[in-house]
Parts: sequence; C-alpha cells; structure tokens
Amino acid sequence: MRYSIFSLLGHALAGNRRWTPAWRDAAPKAGYDIVIVGGGGHGLATAYYLARMHGITNVAVIEKGWIGSGNVGRNTTIIRSNYLLPGNVPFYEWSLKLWEGLEQELNYNAMVSQRGTLNLFHSDSQRDAFVRRGNSMRLHGVDAELLDVPALRRLVPFVDFDNARFPIRGGLLQRRGGTVRHDAVAWGYARAADRLGVDVIQNCEVTGIRVERGRAVGVETSRGYIAAGKLGLACAGNSSRVASMAGLRLPIESHVLQAFVSEALKPVIPCVITFGAGHFYVSQSDKGGLVFGGDIDGYNSYAQRGNLPTVEDVCEGGMALMPSLGRVRLLRSWGGVMDMSMDGSPIIDRTPVDQLYLNAGWCYGGFKATPASGWCFAHLLAKDGPHPLAAAYRLDRFAAGRVVDEKGQGPHPNRH
Amino acid sequence: MNKAATPKQLGRLAAGGLVDRGQPLSFSFDGRSLEGYAGDTLASALVANQVRLVGRSFKYHRPRGLLSAGGEEPNALVELRGGARREPNTRATVAELFDGLEAVSQNRWPSLRFDVLAANRLLGPLFAAGFYYKTFMWPAAFWEKVYEPLIRRAAGLGRIATGPDPDTYEKAFAFCDVLVVGSGPAGLMAALSAARAGARVLLAEDDFRFGGRLLAERRPVGDRPGHVWADEVVAELKSMPNVRLLRRTCVFASYDHGVFAAVERVNDHLATPPEFEPRQRLWRIVSRRAVVAAGAIERPLLFGDNDRPGVMLAGAARAYANRYAALAGRRVVVSTDNDDAWTTAFDLAAAGATIAAVVDSRESPPVSAGAGLPWMSGAVVRALGGRSLEAVDVRTAQGGAHRIDCDLLAMSGGWTPTLHLTSHQGARPRWDERLAAFVADQLPSGMAVAGAANGERSTAEALAAGARAGMAAVEAVGLRARAADLPSVPPEPTAQRALWRMSGSAGKSFVDFQNDVTTSDIELAEREGYRSPEHMKRYTTLGMATDQGKTAGVNGLALLAERAGQPIGRIGTTTFRAPFAPVAIGALAGPHCGAEFKPVRLPAAHRWAVEQGAVLVETGAWLRAAYFPRSGEKDWLEAMTREVTTTRSAVGVCDVSTLGKIDLQGGDAAEFLERLYVNGWKTLAIGRARYGLMLREDGIVMDDGTVSRLGEQRYLVTTTTANAGSVFQHMQFCHQVLWPELDVQFVSVSDQWAQFSIAGPRARDLLRAVVDSRHDLSSEAFPYMAAADVRLADGTRARLFRISFSGEFAYELAVPAAAGERTVRWLMQAGAALGVAAYGLEALGTMRIEKGHVAGNELNGQTTAYDLGLGRMLSASKDFIGAVMARRGALTDPGRPRLVGLAPVDRAARIGAGAHFVAAGASPTAANDQGFMTSAAFSPTLGHWIGLGLLAGGPERLGEQVLAVDLLRARSTLVEVRAPVFVDPAGDRLRV
Amino acid sequence: MRIPCPHCGPRGHEEFAYHGDAAPIRPDPAAAEAERAFGEYVYLRDNPAGLHRELWYHALGCLTWLIVERDTRTHAIRGVAEARANHAQGQAAQ
Repeated sequence: MRYSIFSLLGHALAGNRRWTPAWRDAAPKAGYDIVIVGGGGHGLATAYYLARMHGITNVAVIEKGWIGSGNVGRNTTIIRSNYLLPGNVPFYEWSLKLWEGLEQELNYNAMVSQRGTLNLFHSDSQRDAFVRRGNSMRLHGVDAELLDVPALRRLVPFVDFDNARFPIRGGLLQRRGGTVRHDAVAWGYARAADRLGVDVIQNCEVTGIRVERGRAVGVETSRGYIAAGKLGLACAGNSSRVASMAGLRLPIESHVLQAFVSEALKPVIPCVITFGAGHFYVSQSDKGGLVFGGDIDGYNSYAQRGNLPTVEDVCEGGMALMPSLGRVRLLRSWGGVMDMSMDGSPIIDRTPVDQLYLNAGWCYGGFKATPASGWCFAHLLAKDGPHPLAAAYRLDRFAAGRVVDEKGQGPHPNRH
Repeated sequence: MNKAATPKQLGRLAAGGLVDRGQPLSFSFDGRSLEGYAGDTLASALVANQVRLVGRSFKYHRPRGLLSAGGEEPNALVELRGGARREPNTRATVAELFDGLEAVSQNRWPSLRFDVLAANRLLGPLFAAGFYYKTFMWPAAFWEKVYEPLIRRAAGLGRIATGPDPDTYEKAFAFCDVLVVGSGPAGLMAALSAARAGARVLLAEDDFRFGGRLLAERRPVGDRPGHVWADEVVAELKSMPNVRLLRRTCVFASYDHGVFAAVERVNDHLATPPEFEPRQRLWRIVSRRAVVAAGAIERPLLFGDNDRPGVMLAGAARAYANRYAALAGRRVVVSTDNDDAWTTAFDLAAAGATIAAVVDSRESPPVSAGAGLPWMSGAVVRALGGRSLEAVDVRTAQGGAHRIDCDLLAMSGGWTPTLHLTSHQGARPRWDERLAAFVADQLPSGMAVAGAANGERSTAEALAAGARAGMAAVEAVGLRARAADLPSVPPEPTAQRALWRMSGSAGKSFVDFQNDVTTSDIELAEREGYRSPEHMKRYTTLGMATDQGKTAGVNGLALLAERAGQPIGRIGTTTFRAPFAPVAIGALAGPHCGAEFKPVRLPAAHRWAVEQGAVLVETGAWLRAAYFPRSGEKDWLEAMTREVTTTRSAVGVCDVSTLGKIDLQGGDAAEFLERLYVNGWKTLAIGRARYGLMLREDGIVMDDGTVSRLGEQRYLVTTTTANAGSVFQHMQFCHQVLWPELDVQFVSVSDQWAQFSIAGPRARDLLRAVVDSRHDLSSEAFPYMAAADVRLADGTRARLFRISFSGEFAYELAVPAAAGERTVRWLMQAGAALGVAAYGLEALGTMRIEKGHVAGNELNGQTTAYDLGLGRMLSASKDFIGAVMARRGALTDPGRPRLVGLAPVDRAARIGAGAHFVAAGASPTAANDQGFMTSAAFSPTLGHWIGLGLLAGGPERLGEQVLAVDLLRARSTLVEVRAPVFVDPAGDRLRV
Repeated sequence: MRIPCPHCGPRGHEEFAYHGDAAPIRPDPAAAEAERAFGEYVYLRDNPAGLHRELWYHALGCLTWLIVERDTRTHAIRGVAEARANHAQGQAAQ
C-alpha cells in the first residue's frame, strides 16, 4: 500500500488497525538466482536495484539478525560527495543524486536533508589540500565552495573562532551534502524490494559457502542450505569472516568505530560540521540530538564497542570546536564493526571464486554510498562486469599498485 | 521576590524527613519564588510547594508531573541556571536544591499551564508511531524548506547554553581492589566487608547522601532508622585509610579490563563552583573487582492516561514523604501488582494522608497488609483529570467498576534491576519469570551483582548478598575476609505477580513517557512488522529519550511478547550502552579545551622570536615564526620578500629546531640505514652528510631527510618536522620486529638539540664569528655536505652541517637546546654588521620552492620516488623497505603525475596550490584533469609567482603551457611547465 | 583496554600505537615471485574473529614493540611478549 498523507489519514480514522507489515518476513526457498548475504543498507539496496533496474526478482537477501542491525541502524547519518580522487568522486556524486530522489523512488520518507557539509581547515597546508579536493569536486561538476572566516562566522557563529588552540582559517562547504534518517533507508529499501518480489530473510546466519570446482553454488545457513546461481557478499565488518568460508583472504581489517548522540536540544547546528584540528564531526538530528563522532579506536575488533580514551578524545574535539557544548550531555554511545580496507576505499568486484561477488571495504563511510553501492553491485551481479562508476574498486588494485588512497595513509587500515 | 503572604510549603510535613529545616533555601521555578530546605532536590521542594505541573511531553505536549524521585525521571526536565551556564534537560529529581536556584520548564509555549502545541493531541491517531516515514514526501522540495524546519523547531527539548562553558572540568585516575557501585544496604555491606579485610575500596554513590533506598524507608535496620545505620557504616568507612568514598558520583560505564568511568558532580549543588574548583570531575577507575549494587527502578503500570500529573511511582511517593517530608497528595490510591507498594500505603497513612484504596491486581494482599487500609482486588483502568489527577476508574477482579476520588495515584508494576553496568561489554541479561525481571546472566570477568540489582529485593537479602559479594571480591584478590555481622531487619514481603497492562483501558496508556510512546504505538509497530525489540525501539522511539527507557523498556518488551504470543525471555532485550545516565560533554573533555586543547611545543629560540615581533603560526603542535615584520612593512608578503632577499644576498638565520633528530649508533648502523633508505650509506665517510629518501613498504615515499656520519659507528638522522614521531616509530619497528639481529641502538634527540639554518653568501663569515677558531671552515676543509662535532668560541658543544634547504650557501648549526636562545642572540648580534636577517617559515617555504626541494605538500602519501624525480636514487643492488613494491609498473608509469615547476605566463598573475591542470584550451572537466599544483609562492628572486606541481608526464613536457584552473577561487591561469628548480639549477652557490 | 607491558606493568592502551596482525612475515625480496609475496604481506590479512596475535608499540612508555594475543570478540588479552624475543624464537624454529 502506498504511503501518503491520504493513506495516513485513512488509516488514522480506522484506528491504525489496518496497517500490514512493511515487508514480508520471508522464509527461505531452496534456491535463488541471486543470494545476497547481508541485510544492511547495501545488501537491501542491491536487491532493490536488481529487481527494479535489471528485472531480476528471484533474489534473496539473507540477514543473520534483524535487517539494518549494522551500520545503517546506528550511524551518524551523513551523506556527501566531497571526495578527492577521480576513482571516488563520480561514484559518491551518483549516490548523492540517488539520495535526492530516493524518498519518491521508494515511497518511504528517509528524511534526506541536504543542509550542507562543512569541513574546517586550520593551516595553510590543510587549506591547500582542501582546495585540491574542492577543485577536484568542481571539475567533476560537484558543488563545492571555499568559505573564509567572516562567512563561517555567519554560518556557524557558535564555533570557537577566538579562543582556539588551532584557529580556524576557512572551510570547504558542500551545500548538497547533509543527513538522512538511517533506519528508514533499510526499511524503505526492504519494503520496496519486497514489493518487487525479493525475499528478505531475517534471523538466517550464513555458516558456510559451498564451493564446487572453483564455483560458489550456495550457502549453508542456520535455516538450512540455500542454493544460489550467484552469491553476493555485502557483510561490511564481517566480510573477512564470510569470505574466509570460501577460502578468501581480504585486504581488510575489522575495527570498532564509536559514535554518540546527545540529549535533544532546540535547533542549534544547521549543517554537518567536520573539525579540522582533531577528528570530530557533528550534526543535529531532526529530533534535536547532536549526533557526533571521531576516530576509530584503532585496533582490530568485532566486539561492537570501544573504550574510554576514544570517548574522551571525541569530546575534547567537540569542546575545541564548540565550547558551548560543555553542559550538553552525552546520552548514548554505540560501536560497530568497520571493514577498514588497505587504502580506505571500497571493493565492488568479482572474486577468484566463480559466481562469488564482493562488496566490502567501506571503512566508516559506507552509509552515504548506500544507493550507489546497491546500484553498482546490482550491475555487477546482473552483467558480470563492473559499473563504470565503480571501475576503480577492484580487488586486484592493491597488488597492482592502483590504490585509491584519499588520505595518503598507505597500507594501514587504522589510519584511514 | 514575591513577598505576599502566600503560605509556604503547604506540602511539607510538620516533622520528619532528612531535610535540614535550619537551612531554608529560596529558589524559583518558571519565575515563581518558592522555598525549600537543604537536603531537598528541586523535585522534592516542588512537591513540598504542591507544584504539580512540571513539564510538557515531547510530542503531544501533555501536562506532566513527577513520575519518580530519582534519576529515571522522564517528565520533570528543566533548564537549570541560565546564560552560558544553562543546563537543558536537567532532571529535577537529581538537582540538589541550592539557594538562588533558578529552573525553567521546557518544551512549552507560551507557558507550562497553557501550551499552544497541546493541540497536537487532537491529531493523535495521525501522529502515531512512524507517521513521519509515510508522509512529508510531497512536494519534494518542501522537506528542507517547510516540513523539516517546522519539525526541528517543535522537536528538541531544552536550549543549549548561550556561550562557552565558563566552568572547568577535571579528570582523575583511581585504582582500587574493589569498586562498589551504590551505597544502599547491599553496597554498604559489600564495601564494609571488603574494607575490613584490608582491600582498597572505592564506594561510589550517585546521590548526594549515602544510604540508597534506606534514606527513603522507615523500616529499621539493626533497631535504628535505616539512614542512621547507613551513617554509622559510612563513618566507619571514612575512618579507614584504604577506603575512598565518592558521593554525587555516577559510575556510568564499564569498559574492558576493569576500567570504569564515573562523573563526580563536585560543585553542581552550588550556584557556581568556588574559585579554582571544577564543576565536575571525570574519574577513570581501574579496579580489580567490582560489585554492582545499583538497586532497582520501579515500573509504571499501563492504563489509560497513566501520565496525569498526580500519578507517580509508589516508591517515589513514599520517598518524598519519608526522606523529604513532602506529601505528594492528601487523598491517595495505591495501584499495584506486588507487595512493595503496600509499604507506600502504610507510610503515607502514617504521614497523615488518607488512603482511599489499595488496588491490588492479585487475589489476596500480603499477609502483613490489610489492617486498617481499604483494599480491593483489581486494577486502575483510567486516571481522570486535566492538569491534575482528580479521580481514578477501577475495575475489580469481579468485573465491578468504581470511580475513586484522589489527588495522588501511587502505582507499581514491579521493579527492574539496574544492571546496565553488567551489560556494557555485551553480555545480555536473562529473564527471570519468578521475579518478573531481567537479571544479570553472564558477567564480565571480575564483576558481581548484589541486592535489588540482582533481584535480591528485601533489605535482609540485600545486606546478606552485599556482604557475600564483598567477601568474594577480596578473596579473589588474595585477602582473607571475615563474615560481617548482619544487622537485623523486620520481615518484608516481596511477592509479585506481573500485571503489565490492564486491557480495556480507554485513553492513552503511556509506555515511554518522555517520547510519548503508547501501547497502541507498540501494537502498530508490531502490526507493521517492526517486531524485534530493536526494530520496535527505532520505529516507535521507545527507549530513545534522555531516560533511555529506564521506566519503559521492560513494559515495551512485555507488550511485544504479548503480541507475539511468546515469553519475554524469548523476545530478548535491547542493548545497554554507556553512559548509564547522561554525562556532560565538558566532563568527558576535561581541562584540555580552548587554548589548552593540545600542548604547545615551543622551539628553543621561541622567546627570542617573540621579542623580535615574529608572527607565529601553528605547525602541528609547534608554534613557529612565520615571518618577522619590521615597522613600515604592510603585510607578510613584504616581510617575506625582505627576508628572502636578505638571505640570498647577505645572510639569514632561521630556527629549524623542530626537525626530527635521531642519534643512531652501533656496529650495524650503516647496514640498518641501507635497509631503511632507498640509497646507499656504506660509502658515507666520517664527517659527511647525505640526503636520504625513505619509502613505505608499499613503495610510496614516506619521508626524507639527511643523515650525517659523525663517527665510525655514529650517525645523526634527521626527519621532517611532521614525521619525526612516525619515522622514529618506524625505525623501532624495523629494529625490533624485522631485524632484531642487527647491532644498532638509537634514541630520539629532537628536543635535545636546537638547530639554526644560517644561509647566504656571508654565512661563512657569520659562522667564523661564533665557531671556535680551531675549526677550519674553509671550502677545502669543510666542503659542501660536511658534518662534524665542533665547539663554539664560548666553549659550547655544537654540531655543524653544511647542508642547504634554501639552496643558498648554507650551514645548519646545532647546539644543546638549553643553549639555543643565547646562541641565536649571539648569531644575530655577530651578524648585524653582515646585514643578517632572521627569516621564518614563509621565507623558508619560498626558498625551498625556488630550489625545487620537495616537502610536505609533495610528500603527501600518494607520491613515489619517480613521481618526485628521485627515481635515480633507488638502489638496484640492495634490499630496503619498499624496494620490491616500488618497482611495480603502476608506480613507475611515466604517465603518472610527476614533479615539475610552474610559472605564470603573465608574470603578474598569482597562482596557488590546489589548482588543477588541464591542457591549454581544454575545458575544465575531470576528463581533462592532468594533475595539480602542490606548492606555490611569490618568488622575490624572480619577481613573480612560482609553483611546484604534479603533472601527467610532466618532465617530458617542459616548455609546454597548461592551464592552472582554480574553480573554487574563480581563477584560471596559463602557466609554463618548467624544470622544478628556479634558482641556481647547477648548484653553484652551494659549493662556494 | 589495559595492556600488560612486560616492562611497565598494565597500562592503558592509549599509551600504545597499534600496528596490526603480527602473523605476516616479511618475505625474502630476492626470492622468485617476491612481488606477489610482498603483495600478500603488505595487503592481505586473516582478520579473525577470535584470537589475534598483534603488534603494539609502547609509544608513551618503554618504546618496546610487543606481540599481544587478544581475542577480537571480547578484547580479553591472553598473553604479551616482546616482539624482539619472539622473532628470535621464530628464527630459531626455522
């Protein structure tokens, strides 16, 4: 049933008793043309675009818990396409364009709010790096502006300009960047995919990948064996664990990223702000909480929680940026598993195992990529060749030396 | 101040309570002047003043009163203080009353009594859970322009402070054997047992007074009032040197390996902190064992309009009466599914209230109950009244209906153990059907739970459990514990049969009070397939308010379980996450804020530079001189121009102390260098320096510097300022992990040596004035790239290197850091006659660009030696870090962007770093992007702007013209591609 | 986390710099297929959910490189040894 103010009114008058499940909690069939492992944003988006753009509907998304229980269920909601390298910019820009029409496409209000993402810089060399990036964006036709301090004082007057250890010298603004209501993305894609015939299967954990003569043929799961014509992995932080079931080692380390939300406040922060003299970024949700975060903890972890020094560092960064935060209270922290890749960029590619396809390595930046990742992974699964936008995201790029390293930090996952 | 003869504190009992009637306090709420006593919370003082309306709910703006007497409070959120000290969302139930306290209610306009947005309730069914996902999508442009701004204005609770936080925050560490969280009967016994055994004990209590629920009960402990017994135990603990007592301290998180975080509200109970004292203190506690005795939180019952002001948790109603001598109502109904709420009925009756009825959902009341109190078997189905409770509708077990007038409904749906700390590390609690509660199942190593937090509800059980836990903890750390005598307590019935909710209730039954989540919202979520607790939580927002579901979580799960036809234990629970209670961000940040955010590193000659009027600039953590303006110079460009010109024509002095310096020694020192750098070191003679390039193992350039050989087995390695730490760490990795068999030792001496660059045609003259005359500085004796230990004329040890970053005839002179300031003063004084000028980073940067020396902008972690024109340096005959990977085709492809120099064709034009290159005449698109400008500067030597950049196939395109497009700054400049050396390409000046 | 440094005792992990998996051994650059071996050494990781032998450097302490055996699911630390000593053992074992 279509969502609209009219259906909302109609149902309200009937006491809201006639609503039906947003998606079928499907039971697994014996086999599918395509099985996608991972019911997060990327897996669900992939299934949707397979059905929508390629007419492939004999598809299952298999999720070990409840859909959207990973990144898309607890991230800091930012979308943007302010990347530097030619391998990245068109991909993230396409994702942003998909975000812009997503609610109408899915008939689910994901509250895509293009309120702007602002990156502050504090030194000449940082400015030079941001100018390089901003010009790269503009050459790709993506919006980017350089703001001076007077312009910043008007945009974000609550930021510390006058007592800062590292005075702000300017900022790079992408007005079309912003935030999205993350849970709604998973639910919206699930509902839309389900309507097109995709099976969304929850509480179904993959315990093995059956490979016969170098070809992936299906998955063993906690709900039985499911045959697959093609098998796509979209498991984010669990990519190595699942890929190892097919004998693969990946250029990925799984790390914990913590993120935080404050008590709800009346509106104060109009855009997404990234501090340049410490790893800290913040935005304000529509409910009023400040959503913020910083660095990963820095060590391999599957525990989905981090430790206190990171919390302190993040809050220090927050106070350095915005000293009026002192009396705002941290309400909740959470932690997830990030698939940190060896160059900080993702992998959307076939693997050495036939019919086994990989979508991984998103580090902590996968949310904004959700639509384009689904789009490109669906293309790969349907056509067996990379989508032009994802041409740089090859698995063999590391060995060959064609890394896509935005930060220049090299083969150290915890520095990306 | 309102001095009219309004009777004061009409809700205060004439006697009793733990408030200090000798210390009256004045405060205001929503502008109304009121009075209370020391020992009150803001909430108890409001009760004593019969203020019933304390807030408006988040979505429906329903009138709300106090639900609780503790930190779990969802309704009474106020803005405390004002201006830059404003604290939004402060729970009135934990705010200690102080004289002059000013509190303002939130989320209502224009006033609490009359709130315009209460009209929301008329659209109630429309605003059911998740409604916003189904609408606001059309027209598409309206989201950011119309819908979202309205939603954002209506949302949020309190307002942020108006300026930077003026208070300070401290951080501290505490180490102990046993951490006890909570000072109720279980916690006190645990702390006492452990302390008497000699363990180092830390007892943390969130309240401003020790004793936990003993403060709120009339039941005697050991034949005296509970709070008296508690005070005696505290006094004994205080007398012991191995015990630290922290009150006003909330242990809010449990981390790995016995680490806990706690926040102490050092001075929140005063209007402002005393001078030099912090507002709050963050404790990092490292404990070998922990006993969580954090008590339990009462659950509301679910029935129609259970959020009316005047409907309160039963335990809270008696806490207000017993501890604060404040009566929340005169005509009371108690509604319960357990024994505990009967105590409220007795206590309120003893305080002088009329108990209209005890409505117990079970068939028969507890044995000790009954005498004198009217009771019935049944449950409240609706609370009636507008802004205040007036009556309740009751349905009896037999099906009868009664309406009972009352102004206070004390309700109890059971108790939920406060076991958050046991779950922060991922362990899930298990459902105990008998207790109708979640209890800790698997515990983190070293942690125990005791008392009500473990379902051990009665005082006697809690005392015993606490003592056992304390003893077990000390035995685990190797001490002997003696069983403590347990004080006697009268018997206490603790039976319960969980009711959860009363079916057939009309009106809204609230589950999450703060986020206005009702039972029908949960039913709707389940109907739409959001069935797992995590989906239900996210869809309805239950548990996501500032109270994080403390009074809502279990009720919500019970409803899900009921709809699913499953036992609660099978439904599961949502994850418990730190912090247990909201913590000020300022406390987590601590003292490192503002100008103190990071340490400031000052080079040795800093004071001298400041005296010279240098303009300073942050370079990482360092504060370095950017330029030294002289009077009459209008900007940095003029100063820099003079500094460069002076250096290139006379002599200049620059403080380069910040470079990394590493003293490397040992029999295998040269071999070690061979493996670290791309080029060779075995031929480096004693007394010579050589430029070195270091790669990462993936073949990308990591750092560059010079290495000087000062002795047979003695080398001095330098690194760039930015990479001093990381190169040192890398060397340690190579030495300890890769090649521990090599005989090398090294130590960082970056801070031990001050170093100055002395550059220009008169540099030798200047050096001869300060270096001891025994050293021959002639070109033959001390040629280009010579390096040696020397003495200055005044005997100071020094090192002299004839190396040049500026491209001029130059030296670098190193002296021990303590001698740095006097040495630079000496150099400037001796150089006055030579026309010496101090030069800073601007001039330094310009000169190195003029000479084409790569620096940070070029060493950006993406460039190879070949990209930088240094490919020849890579030795083909030895192994070094990065050797194999650097050879890969993709890294040596000549089509890669490679280092060139750029000069604007129009000499008057300005160019800047960050511009991208496209072929002349090509349109500025990504497809035509051929590289970018890495560095740029105005060259005083050439009289125009110059740049360095990375251009595809650059060295093969010298003489070509390309466009440097800077779309951000709306600038597009035609530039000529040149060799990346603008001044003295042959290097003649170096070899004078 | 608290890392039990053999020299300094248990210290907060924030005093240390983390390198990653200790298992990869730097290949022989002179061997045939060295480029492929180095590719795996530099880029591929087991990334286990479970026991992980990993390298930490006590940057704010004794400057010792340590091999820590830690469970990546629970963060429980099983053992700590000096990397240098471990390498010597590894060499001897070969």
